[in-house]
Amino acid sequence: MTEALDQIFVTLKHWLVSLCPAEFQVLASIVLSVAPILMVFPGLFALVTVIERKGLGRIQNRYGPNRVGPFGFLQFVADGIKALIKEDVVPRRADKVIHFLAPLALVLPCVVVYAVLPFGRNMTLTELDAGLLFFFAVGASTELAVFMAGWSSRNKYSLFGAMRAIAQMISYEIPLILSAVSVVMIAGSLSLPKIVAAQGTYGGWLPDWFVFTPWGLAGFLLFMIAASAESNRAPFDLPEGESEIIAGYYIEYSGFKFALFFLGEYLGLFAISGLAITLFLGGWNAPLESLAWIPSWAWFFTKLIALILLFIWTRGTLPRLRQDQLMNFAWKFMLPLTLINLVAAALWHYIPAGFTRWFMCGLMVVGPYCLLGRGIAGKDKTSKRVYRFAD
Amino acid sequence: MPLTFTIIAIVTIACAVAALSLRNLVHCALALSGTFVGLAGVYLQLGAQFVGLAQVLVYVGAVSILVVFAILLTRNDQSTDALFSKATFASIGVTVAVLGVLIWAIVKSPAVKKTLPPAPAPSVKSIGDSLMTNCVLPLEVMALLLTAALIGAVIIAMQNQSKTKMEDGESKMDKPSEPSSILHPPSSQGGSK
Repeated sequence: MTEALDQIFVTLKHWLVSLCPAEFQVLASIVLSVAPILMVFPGLFALVTVIERKGLGRIQNRYGPNRVGPFGFLQFVADGIKALIKEDVVPRRADKVIHFLAPLALVLPCVVVYAVLPFGRNMTLTELDAGLLFFFAVGASTELAVFMAGWSSRNKYSLFGAMRAIAQMISYEIPLILSAVSVVMIAGSLSLPKIVAAQGTYGGWLPDWFVFTPWGLAGFLLFMIAASAESNRAPFDLPEGESEIIAGYYIEYSGFKFALFFLGEYLGLFAISGLAITLFLGGWNAPLESLAWIPSWAWFFTKLIALILLFIWTRGTLPRLRQDQLMNFAWKFMLPLTLINLVAAALWHYIPAGFTRWFMCGLMVVGPYCLLGRGIAGKDKTSKRVYRFAD
Repeated sequence: MPLTFTIIAIVTIACAVAALSLRNLVHCALALSGTFVGLAGVYLQLGAQFVGLAQVLVYVGAVSILVVFAILLTRNDQSTDALFSKATFASIGVTVAVLGVLIWAIVKSPAVKKTLPPAPAPSVKSIGDSLMTNCVLPLEVMALLLTAALIGAVIIAMQNQSKTKMEDGESKMDKPSEPSSILHPPSSQGGSK
């Protein structure tokens, strides 16, 4: 029964494929594997926009959307219809072809990366030998789309936004990849299903997820920070800083093209959260052995929604960084920490299990964090801000 | 299989032709990155996963961004020269000559007549293994070279910074000026500071 529920989508797909005539079975198998991804994640996007607006409203002490449907939960339908029927304004001096291609070039990689994510047991679209490399390679090509959008609009603000976005994405890509490399070193594989399998055992009272090791915890935190910068989320949403450059690289987009940018941004966020789950949070594994009867795909999506809520919470809580703070943080803080974390992961591999291993690796993670943090904070000589008129 | 190859080949060649013939340099750069993607597709189709993905990661993710930035930072004019000039025809002649020599050399070379050894299973793991064992010296040399380049870039940037510091008389580069309106409210004599 548990087994059947766990594999329900896989069996369903095989049954549907077997109904097709023999010459179409390969095609049907491909379509039936791709179609759920194309339905589920944009659906999740619609849901998350509502949750995000409601949640931000709650954090900021206001109502948020509350008119369409019960508690405003059908707001995304209204937004979708509005985006579809709005006029598509293209600036007269814009580079029409590239202006048209940019949203597509942004959404396409964001969808393609889902090909390697394991959503559940036996639920990976393509089990690539170098799945992690595929994810990063395809994810890196969104930078070009951002540039296309910013440049083709012939608007200095959109070009500023594109420059900021590219600088930020390139800077934070290094800590992102390096923090994932520590997982690759321990798991010994670039294939995402194998990385999940390496975390599938239960020892003691904690599952063997990489996040429950000193280097894994540090790696997870660094990965999440870099991921929120990579997907241009607050507090790293300088590329669209509306107080300075209006909306960044998509100022000159309206109607459905704007919705595509929005979709691409959220699909990228879901994908990178899915990767964080796969690398550090045990993928589709249950946290306790006694909870393993709950289907694997349910665990994946529970963790995914938890991470998305974390992102929404961060967005509602932290103020936006300044450009120089952003760069300093990436190069002077994140990069050294990820490099030291690599050494900590190597130590973890070679020291036999026990207290010494925990102590050594924990020291290697906490020590540099404190020293670097103090070092950077001490140089700036910050003092308490005085509000002379507000008191 | 031939169908996917045909599609990839057509797209790659079309992008390459566009990169050569378009007049706007940024368009050329974008078409060039299209060619890079097409090449990566060919590698992937041949089963060389690592090479294909490295192609995307390095060329599409980094090199094309570098090219585009170089174009944006260096020249602003959009050249309006005609597509064909005397130089074009001359360069076509040179290109055909070079290509002819290359093809002749390849066809004549004894390497073509060798029978291919059975293709090894090109797994990423085996590439990593050989990088860490047989090819560790080239890898280390490359790493040293890249580190040297990185440090060199930082030193060049730092020299510029100290020069501007001396010219400005104060270190504006270290710290952007504080938002004066928040920290120092305007004095009673009027005007801030």
